[in-house]
Amino acid sequence: MNSGVATLNAATISLRSVGKAFADKPPVLSDVSFDIAAGEFVAIVGPSGCGKSTFLRMLAGLDRPTEGSIMSHDDANSVSRTAFVFQEPALLPWRSVTANIALPLELEGVPRLERNLRVHECLSLIGLSDADAAKLPRQLSGGMRMRVSLARSLVTRPQLLLLDEPFAALDDILRQRLNAELHRLWLEQRWTAVFVTHNVAEAAFLANRVLVMSAHPGRVVEDVAVPFATPRDEDLRSTPEFARFVGEIARRLRRTDTPALPAGLNPAAF
Amino acid sequence: MSKLAKTSLPPIAALLLVVAAWQACERMFDPPKYLLPSPLEVVSAILKDPGKLVRATWRTAIAAVAALAISIVAGTLTGLLFSQSALLRRSLYPYAIFLQTVPIIAVAPLIVLWLGYGTASIVTVAVIISLFPVITAATAGLTHLDPLLVDFFTLHHASRWQTLWKLRLPTAVPSIITGAKTSSGLAVIGAIVGEFFTGYGTNDYGLGFLIRVTADQSRTAELFAAVLASTALGVMIFAAVSSAGAVILNRWYDPAH
Repeated sequence: MNSGVATLNAATISLRSVGKAFADKPPVLSDVSFDIAAGEFVAIVGPSGCGKSTFLRMLAGLDRPTEGSIMSHDDANSVSRTAFVFQEPALLPWRSVTANIALPLELEGVPRLERNLRVHECLSLIGLSDADAAKLPRQLSGGMRMRVSLARSLVTRPQLLLLDEPFAALDDILRQRLNAELHRLWLEQRWTAVFVTHNVAEAAFLANRVLVMSAHPGRVVEDVAVPFATPRDEDLRSTPEFARFVGEIARRLRRTDTPALPAGLNPAAF
Repeated sequence: MSKLAKTSLPPIAALLLVVAAWQACERMFDPPKYLLPSPLEVVSAILKDPGKLVRATWRTAIAAVAALAISIVAGTLTGLLFSQSALLRRSLYPYAIFLQTVPIIAVAPLIVLWLGYGTASIVTVAVIISLFPVITAATAGLTHLDPLLVDFFTLHHASRWQTLWKLRLPTAVPSIITGAKTSSGLAVIGAIVGEFFTGYGTNDYGLGFLIRVTADQSRTAELFAAVLASTALGVMIFAAVSSAGAVILNRWYDPAH
């Protein structure tokens, strides 16, 4: 279970009956309420169209709820430092790896000297060599690009890290390796994380809480504590407990699926 | 080297074939010289006074390059303006299309009337013709941004200026280059049209003037030589812009693609 160490460096989030509707359409999200404690790693799983991405955008302040309220704060400030890792690396193709990682610091006006220091720190954190640091994004593999994207988020020392299916495009082995790296980084830095994914095993490996959502409209239907101790390693994946837990979450996820489809046809892509 | 040969030999062979056929037609049908001079006559027209042709081409080249530079800068600035306000874009874009549709032949004498004889008029005519492609390309490049990157810049509280300088402008570079390539040929055509109506001063003229005078006097071999020089100039400026663009784009796209 989560050791529950609340630090100044992590954000606390509370949602109260949050709903989101776009004009003339049925609501995307409806009556979502829950709290996330500082330093928690929460995974959100749900079928396509359950509003997971909209939900993350609202947490980031990129979109506003049409109902209810979202608060994200630390002990000192009413708004917490937030970073976002997208589905795609979304790097600037004309900037080197180093310059890409430095971008958010540039935008926030961090002086050059400190910028260089923090970028360098981040490079070693995610295991990029100096040779890789000088490359352009197109010269890197997909996995490397995602690592750079992750580094670009961590360089701001976020209190809240939002991840929108960041590893969905990677193959299974690479995905598992990056899961392990993300887990290690979270243990070291202990930001609050909200991780959206289709992959139940990924959710179970990373999170200490899994929220299961249903679609049309998006709702949180299950709030499940993950019963595995941290730190976790690759061996966890091959234990029967892990398999049982993943199976259980997958079963609950299937139950949320729209019943309008004929029996035996399951479109949920996980 | 063999790659160069592969790309340059076929067009050279095609050219030689056409010239040979042209010369053969001359031999067979022997049309009057003022209607169709033979390739050899065109060559001898060039060699008779190569200095005249080179000076005229040089004059036109300077006007075209100046117009192209003005078009790239002014077109990009217009695109920047349009990218900052949708209202401004909607209000002014229809008038930018005027540039594309205006019959330059009719407007050019007016411009000479207003700006007087000489470089200013010629460059202005060339700018009118070559500006529009840069405006459209720059506006498209500056407004079609990766939505994820827009989110990223918003999330990190980027100022309007930062977004412009660090996201919009670099994103637009490939399309601005495409626009500049289209404009490069048009700038040459524009300069020649301008020179149709005005010279640069006594005894100083460009290809446009040379084309008009030789056409008026039915010195057709010299006319052909001037047209040939115009085409060569256009190709050269286009090639220069293309290779400069390729060097810059090297940073944007994978050269392997």
